[in-house]
Amino acid sequence: MTVTNVLMAGVGGQGIILASEVMARIAAESGMDVKKSDVHGMAQRGGSVTSHVRFGDKVHSPLIPDGESDILMASEALECLRYLHLLKDGGRVAFNLQQIPPPSVSRGQQEYPAGILCKVRERDPQAIGVDCLKIAREAGNPKTATVVLLGALSALLPFKDDHWLEILKEEVPKKVVEVNLVAFKMGKDAAA
Amino acid sequence: MKKLLSGNEAIARGAWEAGVKVASAYPGTPSTEILQFMSAYDEVNSEWSPNEKVALEVGAGASMAGARTLVAMKHVGVNVAADPLFTLSYVGVKGGLVIITADDPQMHSSQNEQDNRHYARSAKIPMLEPSDSDEALRFVKMGFDMSEEYDCPVFVRSTTRVSHGQTMAEVGGRAEGKIKIGIEKDPPKWVMLPAFARMRHPLVEERMARLAELAETFPENKIEPGDKSIGIVASGVAYQYAREAFPKASFLKLGMSWPLPKELFRKFASMVDKVYVVEELDPFFENWMRALGLEVVGKEAFPLVGELTPGLVKKGVLGDAAGGTARKPEPDLPMRPPIMCPGCPHRGLFTALKKLNVFVCGDIGCYTLAAPPPLSSLDSCLCMGAGIGQSFGAQKALGMDGRTKVVSVIGDSTFFHSGVTPLMDMAYNHGDGLVIILDNRITAMTGRQQNPGSGADLCGEASCMVDLPKLAEGLGIKRVKIVEPYDVDATKNTLKEELEAPELSLVISRSPCMLIPESKSVKKPALKVDDEKCSGCKSCLNVACPAISFITEEGEYTSSKGERKKRKGRVTIDELMCTGCGVCAQVCPQGAIIE
Repeated sequence: MTVTNVLMAGVGGQGIILASEVMARIAAESGMDVKKSDVHGMAQRGGSVTSHVRFGDKVHSPLIPDGESDILMASEALECLRYLHLLKDGGRVAFNLQQIPPPSVSRGQQEYPAGILCKVRERDPQAIGVDCLKIAREAGNPKTATVVLLGALSALLPFKDDHWLEILKEEVPKKVVEVNLVAFKMGKDAAA
Repeated sequence: MKKLLSGNEAIARGAWEAGVKVASAYPGTPSTEILQFMSAYDEVNSEWSPNEKVALEVGAGASMAGARTLVAMKHVGVNVAADPLFTLSYVGVKGGLVIITADDPQMHSSQNEQDNRHYARSAKIPMLEPSDSDEALRFVKMGFDMSEEYDCPVFVRSTTRVSHGQTMAEVGGRAEGKIKIGIEKDPPKWVMLPAFARMRHPLVEERMARLAELAETFPENKIEPGDKSIGIVASGVAYQYAREAFPKASFLKLGMSWPLPKELFRKFASMVDKVYVVEELDPFFENWMRALGLEVVGKEAFPLVGELTPGLVKKGVLGDAAGGTARKPEPDLPMRPPIMCPGCPHRGLFTALKKLNVFVCGDIGCYTLAAPPPLSSLDSCLCMGAGIGQSFGAQKALGMDGRTKVVSVIGDSTFFHSGVTPLMDMAYNHGDGLVIILDNRITAMTGRQQNPGSGADLCGEASCMVDLPKLAEGLGIKRVKIVEPYDVDATKNTLKEELEAPELSLVISRSPCMLIPESKSVKKPALKVDDEKCSGCKSCLNVACPAISFITEEGEYTSSKGERKKRKGRVTIDELMCTGCGVCAQVCPQGAIIE
């Protein structure tokens, strides 16, 4: 088996690090060699955040070589576009359609890029674009948006639903376990 | 048993397995989590020290009393700890002492990207360099044995990608150290008077010679034979990148970065057609090999600056033949830099400070985020604690009116780290400027670690809290003012008054970080924009709050004089993000931001 490369991108505070923890754990618990790399520190202050997760028989580099991402998961539309060039040809995309304006857009100095979905579809015609925030609200908590996306991502990976849910239970705060499990399932359904 | 561990968790685990009893650190990316993981082990007495020098001195003392001890810091922290470090190399240890230096190539969260392998060489201390979490755990354990066997502290060097990477690691149980706890007088070893230090130095040189011998056969310095046409010398994460790029090449993988072997290098060079030295930052191994008269390809092929990647290694070896199929990023996308959180108490202070039109000397913390536009109200950042000394120096150079042109700001944790002594300098040497402490009661930038002002220690246990006004009084400062930074006008007035005062003044801007539980007391319901009144003037956007957005949309509003006027857009406030701090409302000329 070769190595599968999952690139996860989003905005600080959205829970990309948590999502990549779950992703890395499920691969590790499935008996694979796993490496994950992300940069902390600035993660809470609204900056652009990425996490590289790689799994397979034997993984060397913790960073995905440029242009070799099999899957791009992005929790925000602009961040999806920002890292789209790192997707390999034939790679898959699962992303949140939500738009979070970066500072230059909030200040009216730059426009939020238009036509992101079209650009994503040019690279992956079957790209999964989900309004995760809307689904998260329906699930009962807007903070579960990235877990909704994780559910959508799971549709592209060979791991069992029960396993994802088992790990989620351990990784999210105890008080919000149920709503996160609902959010995950709704995300998976949305990807179908 | 194999477990998925981050490098930092593996370092803590390795230390625990090695029987560590004492651990100390000052938080700094990418090393911070080591002590947070360490604090979960009941057998270990773990502390946040006020700075890295203190952390190492506490470590040296614990070792002197026989305890295996771990001290952790980021690369620039070693600069702060360098004074005890160089002499500790002479003194040596009793209980094993391992010092973690977590370097940050690419400066993901640092002010420089110094290569701390040079410290091992200049301080004459061995250095181990893991390339993933499994090695991090093992090398830390080996480090303790090496420390006790060779009577010296041992460096373990990590980098951001090792510390913040997660890989599988073999975990085991804890074995207590063999050294008996106890303290005995032994002046020739512990007292570095010149006479004793002169006796110790030859022992240091002899030790390094023995370690250099060890380096020839050290099991983690290993030749991995493969394709003879490409021979790669590498250590740390650079090894993993090179392995990824050239899985079949021959490798000399170095687990010990200092001291370096001679014969092993010669042997490897003789086994392959061409030697490439793949190392991040400085040509450390490359220069060593060249000094041995060996022909190598190094920094002419691989960058001297920033992190390596598998792609850069490939390009360095193969040149254009590496293939240029990589796609280009989408051009001109809006950047997304980190900014101050909604409700951050620093926002009000800098909004007030900006009105005074002074040069602001700052340093390292969340408040460094006041430097970029639109706040643009922090004008220097050199190192931890530097702002106070820099402002004093600039005031001296500027002469009579220097004190009204330059001020300094410093966070509470940074002040405890290295701001007390420069403030003492200002008080002692007749300084008459303005110093502002941004007191949010936590070490915020690295992820909210406790400090001597927090009232709690690393383990969350209640502790005493530094009383800043009393400390200032003790230093001889007569003017101390406390401001509430959300009140922009009152803060500005106090700052103006203190700037004009003809003597040294300390202003404490006091309000808790928005990310700690104490902030509950200052959080209020989200503010709203009165759509009828918003003129779209963008004044509120200058406070750089992520909760406020401008919407380009032509329309009309009612001015304060009751006239209908045209506007090009309006602002909205995100109700989930807004903490109701009210700084934006205070700068709105229309009074359009309301409760």
